[in-house]
Amino acid sequence: MKLAILFSGGKDSCMASFLAKKYDHDIACLVSLISKNKESYMFHTPSIKKTEAQAQAMGVSLLKQNTLGLKEEELKDLEKILKKAKKYFEIEGVVTGAIKSTYQASRIQKICDKLNLECFNPLWQVNEFEYLQDLIKNDFEVIITGVFAYPFDESWLGKKIDKDFIEKIKILNQKYQINPAGEGGELETFVLSCPLFNKKLELTDKKISGENNSFRMEIKVK
Amino acid sequence: MILIINICNEQFHYLEFVRPIEQILQKANINFTTKHYTELDDIESFSKIIICGTSLKDNEFRQNLSKFKFLKDYKKPILGICAGFQIISKLLKNKTTKNQEIGTIELNFEKEFLGLKNKNKVYSLHNNSTTQGNLEVFAKSENSIQAVKHENFYGVLFHPEVYNPELILNFAQL
Repeated sequence: MKLAILFSGGKDSCMASFLAKKYDHDIACLVSLISKNKESYMFHTPSIKKTEAQAQAMGVSLLKQNTLGLKEEELKDLEKILKKAKKYFEIEGVVTGAIKSTYQASRIQKICDKLNLECFNPLWQVNEFEYLQDLIKNDFEVIITGVFAYPFDESWLGKKIDKDFIEKIKILNQKYQINPAGEGGELETFVLSCPLFNKKLELTDKKISGENNSFRMEIKVK
Repeated sequence: MILIINICNEQFHYLEFVRPIEQILQKANINFTTKHYTELDDIESFSKIIICGTSLKDNEFRQNLSKFKFLKDYKKPILGICAGFQIISKLLKNKTTKNQEIGTIELNFEKEFLGLKNKNKVYSLHNNSTTQGNLEVFAKSENSIQAVKHENFYGVLFHPEVYNPELILNFAQL
């Protein structure tokens, strides 16, 4: 089936793409929503412009749609870009990286149903620790590009998801109920390399901003 | 040993509609086997059956209802989830009705149903529902019956794997 991936450049959308391929589907295009609202309910914002480099590494077309990122209004922008994907790439379905968010999943389901598209959520309800281990096992190189909860600090930015990260996040999960996959909005990630990329992306620049327990790292890659 | 029946036409949907139920049973150390409805045999050897749901657009199982007829002779507990519920209800001669509900809703369980009672948040994802017929109803939403029982059959139109894993565990321990 020809599919579009809702693609933010983070671990979840890359793993969803990987699974679509694993189940023999054709990734017709990636779809990224570029939100002006950093607190968007639907779309992850950090490093989204770098999805271009990832799309290139995957050899897949990227469709981008700007959105103000206002609650519910942003859904119209999603519908607009999916209509475009259907028209130009003849997609038959959409894949998301939703894990627990019924807010995101139900809204995307409704739009897909309206547009007569299948909707796939291959990470739905996944055990987060097993999922983090799967990322490592499948050679995903994932870095942290944003932290947004106590007790995170600036030192977490740029860290890779590896065995050491999993051990640390286990402790934070037990002590502070931090969701290991960042499903509560605690973490944002960027994928530098995964089995779908024909080359590994290199970090060429980074700019950190933030305060207290909330920091972002804007990156440049090549 | 519980039999989980996968009814998804697209195998990619297994990850969304079947694996979450497997994970709930796995975590509780409950033994199960998963089979697709097109490759079932010797179901009498299983102590219970769970029939999972599938995607909004997947209606392939409706063309193959004859493949589920054996369930009429199975006298041990069966739990039908969403489309699984609709399959059994159809075998009980009830009618399928158009009714879309997508997202989180609150249900009031007037009588206890597999551990759920009073108000509970549930996740709905369906374009169709079913008429009541001779089903005993434990909870309903504005437009549809949501939790039912008939002899050895338990049915829920919502997806308990999202907010109500205890319902699946209580069924497994019947």
